[in-house]
Amino acid sequence: MTELEVRLRAVRERHRAFVPYQMAGASPRWLDHLDALVAAGADALEIGLPFSDPMMDGPVIQEAALRALAAGTTLETAAHALAGRDLGVPLIAMTYYNVLYHLGLERAATVLGDAGIGGTIVPDLPLEELEPWREASAAAGLATVLLVAPATPPERAARVARASQGFVYATARMAVTGRSDDAGVAPRVVAAIRAAVDTPVYVGIGISTPADAAAAVAVADGAIVGSALVAQVLGDDDPAGLESVAAAFRAAVN
Amino acid sequence: MTSNAMGPPDASGRFGDFGGRFVPEALIPACQELEDAFRSAWADPDFHEEFDRVLAQFGGRPTPVTPLDRLSVRLGLRIFAKREDLAHTGSHKLNNVVGQALLTRRMGKTRIIAETGAGQHGVATATAAARFGLDCTVFMGEVDTVRQELNVFRMELLGATVVPVRSGSRTLKDAVNEALREWVTCVDDTHYCLGSVMGPHPFPWLVREFQSVIGLEAATQLRALGVADPDVVVACVGGGSNAAGVFAGFADGPSRLVGVEARGGSAVAFGAPGVLHGMRSLLLQDDHGQITEAESISAGLDYPGIGPEHAHLAAVGRAEYYPVGDEEVIDALRLLSELEGIIPALETAHAIAWLAREAGASVSHGSTVLVNLSGRGDKDVAQVRQILREGHD
Repeated sequence: MTELEVRLRAVRERHRAFVPYQMAGASPRWLDHLDALVAAGADALEIGLPFSDPMMDGPVIQEAALRALAAGTTLETAAHALAGRDLGVPLIAMTYYNVLYHLGLERAATVLGDAGIGGTIVPDLPLEELEPWREASAAAGLATVLLVAPATPPERAARVARASQGFVYATARMAVTGRSDDAGVAPRVVAAIRAAVDTPVYVGIGISTPADAAAAVAVADGAIVGSALVAQVLGDDDPAGLESVAAAFRAAVN
Repeated sequence: MTSNAMGPPDASGRFGDFGGRFVPEALIPACQELEDAFRSAWADPDFHEEFDRVLAQFGGRPTPVTPLDRLSVRLGLRIFAKREDLAHTGSHKLNNVVGQALLTRRMGKTRIIAETGAGQHGVATATAAARFGLDCTVFMGEVDTVRQELNVFRMELLGATVVPVRSGSRTLKDAVNEALREWVTCVDDTHYCLGSVMGPHPFPWLVREFQSVIGLEAATQLRALGVADPDVVVACVGGGSNAAGVFAGFADGPSRLVGVEARGGSAVAFGAPGVLHGMRSLLLQDDHGQITEAESISAGLDYPGIGPEHAHLAAVGRAEYYPVGDEEVIDALRLLSELEGIIPALETAHAIAWLAREAGASVSHGSTVLVNLSGRGDKDVAQVRQILREGHD
């Protein structure tokens, strides 16, 4: 079992997990934003590493990625900024495969591991293409977190869930990040995962309000909140403002 | 017809080291469904009968092969053109969209979405959607909607909705991203009609198969003109669908296969292996794996990658790929217009430009050449007029 999963199972013993997302480098104060999220009660942090062509992201996280890239953010600058800072919660990096591939899989995994990252979410790397990155990740002690989508057939959902390390990312709806124009089908997706594994299951994609988060953790072990919090810092980069918005999600997840 | 040099991809969707299916989990079932539908259709004589019939009755196929006599004299070569510019909608793009529209119907879907750069694929998709009674939405980079305003209007006349894409560089690659994002939300009733030999498996394969009619027709037509195997087969390459289509008719023979890229979008000359838009291929990117913006006079070649099968053909040496610059392209467009009475698309003019440059050099005098005349230049006339008035540098 990966260290990430050990830690997230320990969180599950205590309560439902609140997992906020921020894009590395989207604001000069992004490290302060991570501190604010921890202060608001985050159980783990998902940290985006920017890519020019984020296929799975909606307008808010696209904008954050553009700002981060314009500020010169790379996988390595983000990792170096994080190295040596013990935020006290597990860190999960979210990026696209080309960022890892271009740097070299072994090197990327080592750099992330050295920065204290516990695992990665790479949405354009499905089960069938995962093996090279999983090997590199295993050598660096990184978990590879996989997504199960509403469109995933039950038999495949079981295979993906068994292969996912750390936790299983259940997407609440067929959408990219930041959209929530329907109620989502998280209960069905979570049930398909639970039928196969005991790994923690977190729901993400379109958790826009504390009420969405509360609904997610009614069935899952945690809620991942991205665009709603990124939009906050894109509009106002005061960490106190972010902390207060995040605290409302935290309260809803309890 | 089964080719050795351009056969089907392996089970993972790879041509050699390139291709694959690098898409979010949400799209995996749709890609699998499409692969199953294509395998079944392509083995079904009834599907082929309908595909061929629609291309003949609606698409204007077969397109002729025209000897380019005056250009041949000028360049000291024996040049033939495969006239995809004479196909309905003015380019080779219709071949692919007719095939995918038939697949859409076969899968029981009622809507198609597409990306477009120059607008050729968007217009072709809107055309097929009208013909087959499908709803149609086309994603087009905002920059391109300005450069190709008339094509936007054409699509709208055909009943399609055109969505300007304002993310990233606002060109073709961003239109692909946006179409993929949209597809995630509507895979149940919507087919993504990808316009080139790119994207996740099975797109590079099925688009090449639908376009292979170009090369198969041309090979037969050239034989009737007494040319068994041209010395050179040349086509322009953005994603590479017209080139893949014409190469498919000659890949097992001795012909030299040449793809011509825009200098500012030349993934073979200046790119590196990477993963974008669902495929592993050669991509223009910076030192950190960020995709860089392709820049070309022609919106249709403004793509920072190349289809994975082309990357493979380049890697194994079966095909060669060369960049040409914008200035050469304008000269080539004028050359073909003045000598042959054919105004080519700016994309197509890249192939002519390479030929003009290499005649008497790497293409020795007296060589027999097939140029794929992938599209007509009507859409580019206003832009070319502006460039010629301003004087190109």
